[in-house]
Amino acid sequence: MGRTLAEKVWDDHVVRRATGEPDLLYIDLHLVHEVTSPQAFDGLRHAHHRPVRRTDLTLATEDHNVPTIDILQPIADPVSKAQVDALRHNCEEFGVPVYSLGSVDQGIVHVVGPQLGLTQPGMTVVCGDSHTSTHGAFGALAFGIGTSEVEHVLATQTLPLKPFKTMAVTVDGALPEGVTAKDVILAVIAKIGTGGGQGYVLEYRGSAIEGLSMEGRMTLCNMSIEAGARAGMIAPDDTTFAYLKGRTHAPTGADWDAAVEYWHTLPTDPDATFDAEVVIDASTLTPFVTWGTNPGQGLPLSASVPTPDDARDEVDRVAIERAIEYMGLTPGMPLRDITVDTVFVGSCTNGRIEDLRAVAEILEGRTVADSVRMLVVPGSVRVKQQAEEEGLDKVFLNAGAEWREAGCSMCLAMNPDKLAPGERSASTSNRNFEGRQGPGGRTHLVSPAVAAATAVTGHLSAPADLSPVATA
Amino acid sequence: MEKFIVHTGTAVPLRRSNVDTDQIIPAEYLKRITRHGFEDGLFSAWRKDPAFVLNQPHYEGATVLVAGPDFGTGSSREHAVWALQDYGFAVVLSSRFADIFRGNSGKGGLLSAQVDQEVIEALWAAIEADPSLDVTVDLERREVRAGDLVAEFDVDDYVRWRLMEGLDDIGITLQHADDIAVFEASRPSWKPTTTPVI
Repeated sequence: MGRTLAEKVWDDHVVRRATGEPDLLYIDLHLVHEVTSPQAFDGLRHAHHRPVRRTDLTLATEDHNVPTIDILQPIADPVSKAQVDALRHNCEEFGVPVYSLGSVDQGIVHVVGPQLGLTQPGMTVVCGDSHTSTHGAFGALAFGIGTSEVEHVLATQTLPLKPFKTMAVTVDGALPEGVTAKDVILAVIAKIGTGGGQGYVLEYRGSAIEGLSMEGRMTLCNMSIEAGARAGMIAPDDTTFAYLKGRTHAPTGADWDAAVEYWHTLPTDPDATFDAEVVIDASTLTPFVTWGTNPGQGLPLSASVPTPDDARDEVDRVAIERAIEYMGLTPGMPLRDITVDTVFVGSCTNGRIEDLRAVAEILEGRTVADSVRMLVVPGSVRVKQQAEEEGLDKVFLNAGAEWREAGCSMCLAMNPDKLAPGERSASTSNRNFEGRQGPGGRTHLVSPAVAAATAVTGHLSAPADLSPVATA
Repeated sequence: MEKFIVHTGTAVPLRRSNVDTDQIIPAEYLKRITRHGFEDGLFSAWRKDPAFVLNQPHYEGATVLVAGPDFGTGSSREHAVWALQDYGFAVVLSSRFADIFRGNSGKGGLLSAQVDQEVIEALWAAIEADPSLDVTVDLERREVRAGDLVAEFDVDDYVRWRLMEGLDDIGITLQHADDIAVFEASRPSWKPTTTPVI
């Protein structure tokens, strides 16, 4: 019987299989950052100083709590500084390569891996971060792990795991103008729910997915975790290969040919079966935004804030009431009437060059509304440099936005970039939980295009809502 | 982890039931970046009381904690296990442990041995009569011995095996190091490494 993409990658990494035990799976790439790794390194140190088995398959970067201004000054927050210092010390002691603040390769771990060409089809990729699912865009099996597992991978380059189930998420047809990968994933999560993917690896397929760029595919796979799934994957194809070719760590010459030959064997066989399937008609999709306090509480921008009467059941009714209260909304009000204080563009979901281009395209010749603070935070130093080469920074600054250094920033507000209590944002990030962007902060998840249009009008808007830029 | 076959040491009678993990280590100690060095947080609120049992000099250096029922309830924090170990405890005896605490302790190499409450009472009396009394916890025979007292204890078979082999999860995987090496030898040469390209 045929196998799915996920099953093929799994099978190719089984180090040991024994009845009644989990499979021991080999890990091709282990990404590390400052927040979830200190206790893992400390664990190695106290186990008779176990070495890191494969420092050459391990890479660290500083991203979660680093500042996005004055990055060459000592970090002001002592707790953050201690974590970053610990990462640097641990990497030096154990021989793990690390891209620190000030390095041209520093950035959000899930932006850095792909841009270096380290994330390739058919690999297993792990990181102590749930958004490791991002790397599935390349046809890699990539998932987040806990600190004990981080230590396990550092020591053994393997993990004992029980197989995941597989779910096909098929999006066929053409995406309408102005509809992006972010809108697709928000619609998927709204459809299957925040727990719908539990226990599954999602495989996104269909013509709409095939038509996405690698950046778009990464946005899609990134938020698989918000549907409860451990991982999301997309079959590698010519788009994948074209993205990889020539990148720093991509194979070259005969190695490239051998790799591509193998990568061609990975897509799901025609006779393979999935444990579950979801089908979405691309032509029905529109710009999507969240109104509530979990990523499943999303609706088309043209819709209105739900009323408790819209609830599926009693549990849902309580959830809607609580979310509306926390978000400070009125049931039934049009989503377009929601005014925001802050617009955040960035994160491992939407902090790549294509995302910044989409924002710049809309901001060109326009200005950010007086009532709005707009932060544009590139996902990596390389993304920042690329944007500056293209003059995007000038567009942002001329429009009145702030142009920052690379990092996770306001996505999770571990650094000084936070919402004040009661403040409301339109954010290209991935989680709209209560207090996620700062205690008492209110988050609406949006695409980069909607973020830019919202910054101009001051209320949730799509680019199509804007009046044309006057040409001189 | 060190192999755990038999442990002998002096003991502390902790005459309290429902010792929750917030008492074992308060939340303010969880911000730390290490997995060790939590000994100052262990029972830190209770230790402010000079009369608390751990503050009594004749129990100094004890390695066996003899506690009342329902030890380790509440928060799942693994820091509770770390704090007990960092303070010097190798064994906790109780008539009932909270599930999560017991699971965490097995991972970290701290033995949570379950005995009948009457054994706990007998141990408390014996230790208080002679704080220098050696308590022996024999994992191979599943037996606790102190003076004339000999009692069986209960421990999960898998945890017992792992502790006796001195294996944590990583240790178990490292038993298959040969399999890992064989797998590594078969990996395609074009797979990427993170070695910085100069």
